[in-house]
Amino acid sequence: MAKITFIDATGQSRSVEAQIGATVMETALRNSVPGIEAECGGACACATCHVYVAPEWTEATGKASQMEEDMLDFAFEVRPNSRLSCQIKVSEALDGLTVTTPPKQG
Amino acid sequence: MTEVLSTDVAIIGAGPIGLFAVFELGLLDIKAHLIDILPKAGGQCAELYPEKPIYDIPGFPVINGQELVDNLMKQIGPFGPKFHLAEMVERMEVLGTPERPLFRIGTDNEKAIEAKSVFIAAGGGSFQPKRPPIPGLDAYENQSVFYSVRKMDHFKGRRVVIVGGGDSALDWALNLHPVADRITLVHRRDAFRAAPHSVNAMRELVNSGDMEFVLGQVTGVKGENGQLSALTIRRENGETYDHACDDMLPFFGLTMKLGPIAGWGINLNENLIPVDTAKFETSVPGIFAVGDINTYPGKLKLILSGFHEATLAAQRAHHYVYPDKKLTFQYTTSSTSLQRKLGVS
Repeated sequence: MAKITFIDATGQSRSVEAQIGATVMETALRNSVPGIEAECGGACACATCHVYVAPEWTEATGKASQMEEDMLDFAFEVRPNSRLSCQIKVSEALDGLTVTTPPKQG
Repeated sequence: MTEVLSTDVAIIGAGPIGLFAVFELGLLDIKAHLIDILPKAGGQCAELYPEKPIYDIPGFPVINGQELVDNLMKQIGPFGPKFHLAEMVERMEVLGTPERPLFRIGTDNEKAIEAKSVFIAAGGGSFQPKRPPIPGLDAYENQSVFYSVRKMDHFKGRRVVIVGGGDSALDWALNLHPVADRITLVHRRDAFRAAPHSVNAMRELVNSGDMEFVLGQVTGVKGENGQLSALTIRRENGETYDHACDDMLPFFGLTMKLGPIAGWGINLNENLIPVDTAKFETSVPGIFAVGDINTYPGKLKLILSGFHEATLAAQRAHHYVYPDKKLTFQYTTSSTSLQRKLGVS
């Protein structure tokens, strides 16, 4: 298990236990964390699971793939630390990860 | 003038479940029309993940979204369903009685379809353009902010900002270029997911000074009475500036919204339609809800569950379409009458 903290656009924070191997998006849905819609169900096809990775974690989560960058074109307010949470797999190395959800997904 | 069509069942949504409903209805001699807001059949399978493999369709260890749609289209071919694509169902009137229901559906293309039963197979709702979360944007929508181009003439002599980096953004930048006074393309990065020939054509126009490209994102709108005068654009380096313009066309893809269904007098629960699990009928007799749009205890949003739901709903729809006929259950493997309908006997 790994702890993941989601901070919503109003600043409210929720920490949940994530299964190793699950995606950050799945972790949010399983724990009813608001702010992540995941319309396409994790196919990297909709850009409605957009998150901002906390600066100290961007190295650990790595960079968006080419396909993910293409999908991020459909997200709003994209920043250098923007990722699609369906493309971040939880590992031991991400224990403690903090991400912020944007004010609007779709 | 409104064209009035008549059929047995009107299916709202031409995704995999709406398509399979045609098959199950067809076996029971029930004719169907399908209406979908997308210009093609297949729903999310065709729009969101045509090339993504699906692993949980019974009998198919792996099949991608478009293959599944193509197979379903082939499977329902013998029943000759009528498609109304790129049309949104806006209205639904209940004309009949609960025992003998009759419905009239109105589309945004001035069509009316009368049917004895309605299947709502609308998935997550209708695909609609994503609206950027820019404060005050709604005051300009349909006057100087547009999510699609209906009349090219509107843009004659105007300074148009197109936002996005996909095919819609690039296609309209190129198509409106000869019409508009000036086209500015705004995109968050210097890479485009559009067709390479469009990207090349755009770059040539930018290089010759005939089109402007701004690397950045739109953060604010300025103007009055619904008419834009400028957009606030944040450049990649963080600086913001005001970009004078008359129109903006944002292209951020599509999202699913429940849309007009909410106004049809059907009971809803958190944007889903509650149904019973014997008939998959809604609170309105004669209207069924199948696939991702319905909810019931234990519901799973799976294509295979939707197939089952459509099959049982079709059995009940028979009661409304042929109130005086008794329905006998038959297998396609052994029934010559079913095989005749399928054109294999």
